[in-house]
Amino acid sequence: MRIVVDFDLCESNAVCMQIAPDIFEVRDDDFLYILNETPGEADRARVEECVQRCPKQAISIAED
Amino acid sequence: MTRAPRAVTIVGASLAGLNAAEALRREGFDGPVTLIGAENHLPYDRPPLSKQVLAGEWAPERVALTDPEELEEDGIEARLGVRATALDLDARELTLHSGETVAFDGLVIATGARCRTMPGTDQVGGVHVLRSLDDCLALRADLEAMPQRVVVVGAGFIGAEVAATARGRGLDVTMVEALPTPLSRVLGDEMGEVCAEVHRDHGVDLRTAVGVERISGDGRVERVTLSDGSTIDADVVVVGIGVIPNTEWLDGSGLEVDDGVMCDASCLAADRVAAAGDVARWPNALFGETMRVEHWDNAAQQGAHAARRLLDAAAGPFTPVPWFWSDQYDRKIQLAGRVRGDDEVRVVTGSVDERRFAAIYGRAGRIVGVLGFNRPRHVMRYRALIEQGASFDEALAAEF
Repeated sequence: MRIVVDFDLCESNAVCMQIAPDIFEVRDDDFLYILNETPGEADRARVEECVQRCPKQAISIAED
Repeated sequence: MTRAPRAVTIVGASLAGLNAAEALRREGFDGPVTLIGAENHLPYDRPPLSKQVLAGEWAPERVALTDPEELEEDGIEARLGVRATALDLDARELTLHSGETVAFDGLVIATGARCRTMPGTDQVGGVHVLRSLDDCLALRADLEAMPQRVVVVGAGFIGAEVAATARGRGLDVTMVEALPTPLSRVLGDEMGEVCAEVHRDHGVDLRTAVGVERISGDGRVERVTLSDGSTIDADVVVVGIGVIPNTEWLDGSGLEVDDGVMCDASCLAADRVAAAGDVARWPNALFGETMRVEHWDNAAQQGAHAARRLLDAAAGPFTPVPWFWSDQYDRKIQLAGRVRGDDEVRVVTGSVDERRFAAIYGRAGRIVGVLGFNRPRHVMRYRALIEQGASFDEALAAEF
């Protein structure tokens, strides 16, 4: 899977970072950085939780 | 013994209700799912209503949380413009405002809350509350008419966002708050004062420690009379003085209602009946406190939890750290936890003067909350500490 963030929607609320700090990081510049765009299957449940809990629905998973 | 439901009816088609419906499907539930909503709109997102939509930056359609195709794909039947007026637990039957009765097996109560209003203003044009999409569009139309002055009654988070958006439109804004310091009961005096200063810096005429006596005008609002006898000329008034949970339809149902539907720790209100979102009150074991939470994040999470609980008694207690955000001007304010005005408050990073900081709240030796101004990273780190039950000292010593 590949993580896709719509940065026009992202408001840097950092909910994803709390769930998966090894994958998402909001830095001091208040922007979100994806630390690992293609996490393994073991991380799927956590990434799906990020997708579901993002207040702006800015995260999606691409299967390619 | 209780069993899992064969069909689930969800009353309330907003964020909590939709999340309940989606979670049922995610968990593999294959029985009928019906979503009953009082509004004529499909579920939509409310936070942009006081910000992007009100500002005119977003078309109203952008707030849609789903569409008919997606609902059909998920096998969720939506009945819109339909209000439930009564619940009969013994017969397991709902009554709708049309008089129609609907049988249910599993039930999620997610009827949310409605705005408190000022008595005697129903017939006065130009007086608004902001809760629904229709509220937002009516207020937006009034703001687009370039009124001379907007008066916001109540400097809570909704009032503050409306004030910020109206200032962003270049309108003159007076905000009236009954407390000496806005938000002091929620954030404490010091942090409430920081919020007040943000508005003053952006040109809001903020009047504190004064109540609103009367909102009056000939057909349309002309002035607001304050409790100190002074008056403010106003063409538009927005009243943001809190909400009331929508529980009247449950009168006589046998469910316990006390400022919300009383649930157990797992969000269950009765056999195969759960509640979620602004309408639900439940004991949150993490804080040892019975709470009702009016935040976006809670509606989404609790809706999903209620669904899981209906399907499986092992779903366990619902123990979130409540969290919300509020965007005002160029500040993102976030609060996580359960804070009170008399908690100990310590700024742990950044600068209050620059309005870019995080402050943590301590009570009885524990960290119970974190407030951030443009510090989302820190808010989420401290939120995790709250979730872990960390001590205040531990939190003060942490470095992020």
